Amino acid sequence: MRRFILFIPLIIFVVMGALFWKGLGLNPTELPSALIDKPVPDFSLPALVDDTQRLTQNDLKGKPALLNVWATWCPTCKQEHAQLNKIAREEGVTIYGINYKDERGAAKEWLRRYRNPYVLNIFDEQGSLGLDLGVYGAPETYVLDANGVIRYKHVGAVDEKVWLKLQTILQQISTESQG
Amino acid sequence: MRSIIVVCMLFFSFAANATIDTYEFKDDANRERFQQLTNELRCPKCQNQNLAGSNSPIASDLRREIHRMVEEGKQDAEITDYMVTRYGEFVLYRPRMSASTWILWYGPFVLVAIGFAIVLLITRKRKRVNEKQDDSLNDADKTRLATLLDKGKAE
Repeated sequence: MRRFILFIPLIIFVVMGALFWKGLGLNPTELPSALIDKPVPDFSLPALVDDTQRLTQNDLKGKPALLNVWATWCPTCKQEHAQLNKIAREEGVTIYGINYKDERGAAKEWLRRYRNPYVLNIFDEQGSLGLDLGVYGAPETYVLDANGVIRYKHVGAVDEKVWLKLQTILQQISTESQG
Repeated sequence: MRSIIVVCMLFFSFAANATIDTYEFKDDANRERFQQLTNELRCPKCQNQNLAGSNSPIASDLRREIHRMVEEGKQDAEITDYMVTRYGEFVLYRPRMSASTWILWYGPFVLVAIGFAIVLLITRKRKRVNEKQDDSLNDADKTRLATLLDKGKAE
C-alpha cells in the first residue's frame, strides 16, 4: 500500500500528459454545430442570379445535398471552389449555395469566371440566414438529407480529404432512405 | 500604503470595449442589459473575446441582433437561448448548469475538499505517531540509567 502511494504522482503525470497530448491535436476553432439533426431554418431570400426569384427552405428539399456558404471576399472559398466543381460535375452531387454577405455583381462575376457548381444560390446580403444557421466563418459546408435536415457541418475549405468524409455521410443518408 | 494600493491596481485591468458602435437605447436599463449580455457572450469566431470586445464582422452582426432583441423587450434568457440554438453552449462564458458542466461548477469545491481531507489525514497520523513516542522510562531503564550515572561519578 505504501509503495503504491509513491506511484501516485507518476500516474497523475502520465494521465495529464496523455490528456494534454490529445488536446494538442484538437482544433479549438471547430465548434460542434447546434443545428445538427435540425431542419434548415425558415427563410425567404432572393436568388443570386435572378433577383425576382424568391427561395425558401422548401427549395433545399428533395434529395441529399451539400449546402455551401461562400463569398467573394473569402480567400478560402476560392481555394475550395475547384473541389466543389469537381464534386458537382464528376460525382453528380447537388450543391446549394448561400452567397453570404456579398455583392451581387462580384458574386455573379465569380461564378462566370470560376464556373458554377451550384444548382441554386441564395443571396443572403444581410447575413440573416447565416445568422440563423450559426455561420461564424465562411466557407462552411452542411450536409442535408432529402427532407432538408442538417446532418453534418464542416467549417473550412472542402478538400479531397473532407470530401471523402462528406461522401460517406451522403452515402449513409441515401442507404437510410432506401432501407 | 498608497503605493501598495497603486501597485495592486496595476495587476487588474478592465476589459476595454474596443468597438465603436453607436446604439441608442430606450432607457438605461436596456443599455445595461445590452452591455452585460455582450460582455457575457463569447464571439464564435475569435474565441477568446466576448462580443463587446471583438471587431470581427460576426460579432458586430450579433451585437446588432442583441440590440434589436433588447429593444424589443426580450428577456435575457430568451436572448441567450437565441444564441445557444445557433452557436451552441460554447458561446456562454458563464456555462449553464447541466450534466456536462457540473464538473466546472463543483469541480473546484471537490478538489478543495479532497485537499482538506488529505491535510486532515496527515496531521492525524502525525499526532498518533507523536503520542506513541513515550519519553518516560520504565523501572528497569531507570535503574540502568542510575547505575550508569553512578559509575561516571565514581570514575
